[in-house]
Amino acid sequence: MKLLINGKQVTVDVPDDTPLLWVIREEVGLTGTKFGCGKALCGACTVHVDGKPKRSCVTAVSSVQDKPITTIEGLEATDGTLHPVQAAWVEENVPQCGFCQSGQIMAAVALLAKKGKTVTDEDIDAAMSGNICRCGTYPRIRKAIKRAANAMEEPK
Amino acid sequence: MKTSNGSFLGTLGLVPVLVLVGIGFVSAEDSKSQMPEKTQASNLTNNTNGTTNLAPQKAPTVDAKSGAAAFVNIAQVLQHPRCMNCHPTGDRPLQTDESRPHAMNISRKSEAAGLECSACHATQNSDEIGIVGGPPGAPNWHLPPEDTPMIFEGLTPTQLCEQLKRPKDTGGKDLAALLEHVSHDALVLWGWNPGGDRTKPPLSHEQFVAAFQTWVDSGGACP
Repeated sequence: MKLLINGKQVTVDVPDDTPLLWVIREEVGLTGTKFGCGKALCGACTVHVDGKPKRSCVTAVSSVQDKPITTIEGLEATDGTLHPVQAAWVEENVPQCGFCQSGQIMAAVALLAKKGKTVTDEDIDAAMSGNICRCGTYPRIRKAIKRAANAMEEPK
Repeated sequence: MKTSNGSFLGTLGLVPVLVLVGIGFVSAEDSKSQMPEKTQASNLTNNTNGTTNLAPQKAPTVDAKSGAAAFVNIAQVLQHPRCMNCHPTGDRPLQTDESRPHAMNISRKSEAAGLECSACHATQNSDEIGIVGGPPGAPNWHLPPEDTPMIFEGLTPTQLCEQLKRPKDTGGKDLAALLEHVSHDALVLWGWNPGGDRTKPPLSHEQFVAAFQTWVDSGGACP
């Protein structure tokens, strides 16, 4: 089975119903995406498929063949420059334990792709409430999203 | 290599829903149309109540009393949780057989903010890939659009019937398109194969389609 992950084509030999999360972590070796609840209830395993958030723990790998998949490792530029959302996360010192943060960042990137600088608290609540943080870093997540929104609008 | 079921959150029992999106009906006085959509559009007429209906295409072949009786059964299906949970009065979908508001603050605003239903609701039930207690799934899991929400919750069968026949509420689709939708759409069919311990609509799919056919053949008579 061929997959397109972070712009690179990879071939894996797994059953069709294998959850994408396990393929990403165990077969491809990209361990930035985390296993949380395993039931699409916490958001820790969020990746992008076709640019849209997807809970990889409940996504059969066969359903995403030939679709571009982006993990947390694929956000930064090829020269290592962090994505504006990642940079904002660093600036706001968001993570505590950090376990949920790759899923939080992937969700935030998709949110800002839709809303950009116009993002509101209501938008954040609507898009991010399915990403659980047991450390309670929500206020810092909110600040970082707003910082990233502004940064993404700055002229280069 | 299968997923673990070691969830710390447990099972929410997310309720699957039957979404009837983009479906449409002609008015009660109108009859079933078999004409192509382009031709139907040319027959749009304005009613005194400000709504637009399709002009009559074909005389009813079933009497109004039988059609209205069939719709009473249809309404029982549409207002079953498998259907109604994604046809709420507001922007927030419902879940479980109790039709509770969806957990996680999910609403149409979520989709507008980049979080589509399909982020969690895959193309199959989670338990089909070994994940017990995960979200239900079927192809194209979604809510009706905000501008045509197709509300099933809280309406009388008469109100539901009339709503379904107003083209402004259904995107201008006709009875034939609706019958096709409820007969073959994968998300509709999922309602009769919801998996887990989710209850099914009170009619079998065959009975439901037969009732729909009767209602369509009556020209959409309302109870």
